[in-house]
Amino acid sequence: MTPPPVLSVRNLVVAIPSRSGTSRPVNDISFDIAPGEILGVVGESGAGKSMTGNAVIGLLDRPAHIASGEIWLNGRRIDALLPEDLRRIRGRQVGMVFQDPLTSLNPLLRIGDQLIETIREHLPMTAAAARDRAVAALEEVGIPAAAERLNSYPHEFSGGMRQRVVIALALCAEPSLVIADEPTTALDVSVQAQIIALLRRLCRDRGTAVMLVTHDMGVISEAADRVAVMYAGRLAELGPVRSVISQPRHPYADGLMGAMPSIAIGQRRLRQIPGAMPRPSAIPPGCAFAPRCPRAADTCRLDPAPSLADDPQGRAACWFPMEHSA
Amino acid sequence: MIRQFAEFWQSDFGWKFRHSPTAVLSFVVSVALVMAAIAAPLIAPTNPFDSASLNLMNGFSAPLQPNAFTGELFLLGTDDQGRDVFSTILYGLRVSLFVGVLAVLFGMVLGVTLGLIAGYVGGRVDGFIMRVADIQLTFPAILVAMLIFGIAKGIIAPQYRDQMAIWVLIIAIGLSDWVPFARVVRGATMVEKNRDYVQAARLIGRKPVAIMVLHILPNVLNPILIIATISLALAIIAEATLSFLGVGAPPTQPSLGTLIRIGQTFLFSGEWWILLFPAATLLALALSVNSLGDWLRDALNPRLK
Amino acid sequence: MLAFLIRRLVQSVVVLLVVGAVSFGMFRFIGDPVNNMLGQERTQADIEQLRDRLGLDRPVFVQYALFLRNAVQGDFGVSYRQGRPVADIIAERAPATLELAAVSGVMALVFGIGLGVLTAINRNSWASSAIMTLSLVGVSLPTFLIGILLIYVFSVQLEWLPSFGRGETVDVGGWSTGFLTQSGLIALILPAITLGLYQMTLIMRIVRSEMLEVLRQDYIRFARARGLRERSINFRHALKNTLVPVITVTGLQMGSIIAFSIITETVFQWPGMGLLFINAVQFVDIPVMAAYLMLISVLFVSINLVVDLLYFAIDPRLRIERAKA
Repeated sequence: MTPPPVLSVRNLVVAIPSRSGTSRPVNDISFDIAPGEILGVVGESGAGKSMTGNAVIGLLDRPAHIASGEIWLNGRRIDALLPEDLRRIRGRQVGMVFQDPLTSLNPLLRIGDQLIETIREHLPMTAAAARDRAVAALEEVGIPAAAERLNSYPHEFSGGMRQRVVIALALCAEPSLVIADEPTTALDVSVQAQIIALLRRLCRDRGTAVMLVTHDMGVISEAADRVAVMYAGRLAELGPVRSVISQPRHPYADGLMGAMPSIAIGQRRLRQIPGAMPRPSAIPPGCAFAPRCPRAADTCRLDPAPSLADDPQGRAACWFPMEHSA
Repeated sequence: MIRQFAEFWQSDFGWKFRHSPTAVLSFVVSVALVMAAIAAPLIAPTNPFDSASLNLMNGFSAPLQPNAFTGELFLLGTDDQGRDVFSTILYGLRVSLFVGVLAVLFGMVLGVTLGLIAGYVGGRVDGFIMRVADIQLTFPAILVAMLIFGIAKGIIAPQYRDQMAIWVLIIAIGLSDWVPFARVVRGATMVEKNRDYVQAARLIGRKPVAIMVLHILPNVLNPILIIATISLALAIIAEATLSFLGVGAPPTQPSLGTLIRIGQTFLFSGEWWILLFPAATLLALALSVNSLGDWLRDALNPRLK
Repeated sequence: MLAFLIRRLVQSVVVLLVVGAVSFGMFRFIGDPVNNMLGQERTQADIEQLRDRLGLDRPVFVQYALFLRNAVQGDFGVSYRQGRPVADIIAERAPATLELAAVSGVMALVFGIGLGVLTAINRNSWASSAIMTLSLVGVSLPTFLIGILLIYVFSVQLEWLPSFGRGETVDVGGWSTGFLTQSGLIALILPAITLGLYQMTLIMRIVRSEMLEVLRQDYIRFARARGLRERSINFRHALKNTLVPVITVTGLQMGSIIAFSIITETVFQWPGMGLLFINAVQFVDIPVMAAYLMLISVLFVSINLVVDLLYFAIDPRLRIERAKA
C-alpha cells in the first residue's frame, strides 16, 4: 500500500498573456510526490522548471498565472486559494530554497530574527520557545555554536553556511514539502555535495517530500528518487532516476544524458543536441522537440506529442520512444 | 538647411521627438517664449520703462476692461504706475532669459575648462578642483548664489549697484552651477587621456591638449546639452527666486521674479493680475524648459541620471 | 569604523575652516572690520583696543586665527544696521527658524516616506500615478510661488490662515516658542507646508524608487516564500533596506530646509534667521552674513556627520568593512 502523495499536480498550465498572444511556459504538467520522496525536475533554462515550482507555492509574478489544472497538497486543493490562505501554507506546509544564498537572506536582519519571525508566524510559540527552536534548526543543518550564531548577520557566514541557514529557514516550521530551486548552482563544487547530502538526510528523516529543480543531471542522479525531464513547458519523460539515466525513452532525455559529463562516462565524446529550445512564445506545432529530434517523423511535426500514459511503460511523451534491450 | 532639417526629422532622435507630446509641447512653448523675449520691443504695445509714455491715471486697470479715467484698454491690465502688464512681462521675460542663458553659458565654460584641467593634469590639481566642487555641493546652489551676490554688493560702490546687478546675478548663478559640467568633462578626459592617439601625439612631441579637446568635446556633447538644458531651468528659477527675494534684478530692470515680488504686494487689495500673469509666465517657462531637459536626458542618454 | 569616522571628522573641520576663511575674507576685506565690530558709538580707545585684539597690524593668518577664536566664542561683531551684537540678534531669531524647520522636516519625512512606500507597494493603482504626476509638478515649482499660491487660497480667498508672522509666542527660558499658543500653531501651517513640500516630494520619489528596487530582491521573494505577512515584508524587510540611500538624501534635504527657509521666511515675513540673512544681503550687513554663513555650515557639517553615524546603525555590513578599510 502506497501512502497518498504529498503533492499532486494535475494538468497544470501556466499562461502569460501579452500583446502578441498568450504563451504557456508550463503546459499540461502532471506529477505526484510521495512523502519522503525526492523528485528531480531537470531541463534547460526556460523549460518551465522554476515556473512550475513557483506555481505550486503561489508565487508567480504577474502577469503569469495558473490558467488551468489542479494542485493538491496533502489532499487539499490549493491552486485557487485566496492570497491570505496561500500565505499561511507557504513556509508552514511548503518550504522553499532559492538558488543564491548570498541574496536570499535579508542583509540587515540577524539570522536569529529571521528564523524566529518565520517560526512565530506559523507556530503558536512564545518568543523563548521559538528561540530554542531556531537554535535547534541551526544545529540540525550543521551550523556550529548555533546559539551564538543567532546574533550573526548574513554577511558573517560563508556561501555554503548561508545556504544551510536558508535550508534551516525553509524547514523551521516543518513543512511537508520543500521546493528547492537550483539550491547548489551558486555554490562551490566542493560545497555542493554537502548541501545535497544535508537536504537529502533532513527530508529522509522527517518524511518531507522534495521537489528538486535543477539543470544539473549530476545533482539529480545523486539525490533524486524519480526524475521529471521538462522540455519547452512540457514533461518529456518521468520515471525512476536509474531507469531514466541508463535507459532513457525520450530522445531529448537521451540527448540530455549524453551531454552530461558525469553520466556519459565511457562514451568517447560528449554528444550535443543540435539547435536550441524554442521560446515559450514560439513553440512549433506537433512535438516541441521535433525540429531537433534525430528520430522525428512526419507524425511528430504534425501531431502534438502523446501523453505519458500513452507510452507502454508510462514514462515518455513520445510517438516513437526509444527501446533498450535489457 | 531644409535638407538638414529633413535628415533630423527622419533620424532616430527626430522620431522619438515627434512621438513625445510632452517634448513637442515644451519645445513649442520654450521657443515661443524665447521668440517673444527677443522680439519684445517689437511686440510690446508700450515701453514700460520709458517714463514719458506712462500715465499714472492708467494705474490698476483690470485686464480687458477700459480704464475708468482714460478709457484705455489693456490686454493683461496695468500695475500701480499704469505700466502695461503684458509689456512688462515681455521685458521681464527678456531679462530672465538673458540672465539664465548667460549664467548657464558662464557655468558651462567654467565647468568644461576646470573639468578638462582636472581630468588632464590629475593628481593634486584634480584633487583640489574636485574637493572645491564637493564643498560647494554641500551647500544649496541658491545659498551660494545669494552669498556671491552679497559679496559683490559689498565690493561694488552703491551708485553702480543697479547697473551691475544683472551681471552680478549672471556670475553668481553661473558660479553656483559649474560642478555637473566639470564632472562629466573630467570623466571623459580621464578616459581619453590614455588613448593611443594621445600617447602618439606626446611621442612625436606635440602638445596633445588641442587634439584631446577636439576628441573629447564631441563625446561629451550630449551630456553637456542635457545638463545645460536642465541647468537653464534651474538658473531661471534661481534668478526668479533671487529677484523675488530682492537680491536680484533691480526694479529699474525687472525680471519675472521682480515682477512677482511687486505683484505680491497687491495680492490682498484685489489686483490679482499684477501677480498672476508674471507668475504664470514664469511657470510656463520653467516647466517647459525643465521637461524639455528631462526628455532630452531620457532620449539621448538613458544612463545619465 | 573609527578610522572612517576620524577621516570624516577631519574633512568636516576642513570644510569649516574653508567657510571660516570665506567669512573672514568678507569680514576683513569688505568694508572696515573695526566698524564691523564696534558700530556707531565708539571711542578712540575702543578702536585701539579692538585693532589690537583683532591683530590688524599682524600677518593675515594670525588675524584669521583670531577671527576664528572670536567666532568660536560666539563673538561675530556688531550688525551695521541694528548696531547690536550679531550673536544677540541671531539668538533672538534662531527659535523661529528652528521651529519652522523642525515642523517642515518632520512633515516632509513622515509624508515623504509614507507616500513613497505606498506608491511603491501599489505601484499600478491610479492613485499612485496621480501622486507621481503631482510630485513632478511639485519638484519643478519654485518654492516662493507655492507660498504665494497658498497665501492666495487660504489667506486671501478662504481667510482661514494668517499670511505672515509667527502669531503669539511664549518665552520659555529665553526661547520664544510658537508651539504653545493657538495663533502660533496656526501661523506655522502655511510656512511649514511651503518649506516642506519640495523636500517631501524629493524624499517620496527616492523612497519609492529604492523601495521598488528592494522589492525585486531575492530576500523579499524568500520572505514571501516563508509565508510572512505583507505588512512585515514591506515595513520590516523592505523599508529597512531602503533606508541607507534615503538617509543620504534626507540628511542633505534637512540641511536644505534651513537654507530654503530664507525663501519661505521672506514670503511669510517669518521673523527667523533666513529673513535676517536676506535683509543682511540687501543692506550689505557683512557681520550678519558672515555669522549666518558659519552657523549654517556648522549645521550642515553636523547633519552630514549624523548621517554617517546612522549608516553604521542601520547597516551591519559597514561596521565590518569600514573597520577593515
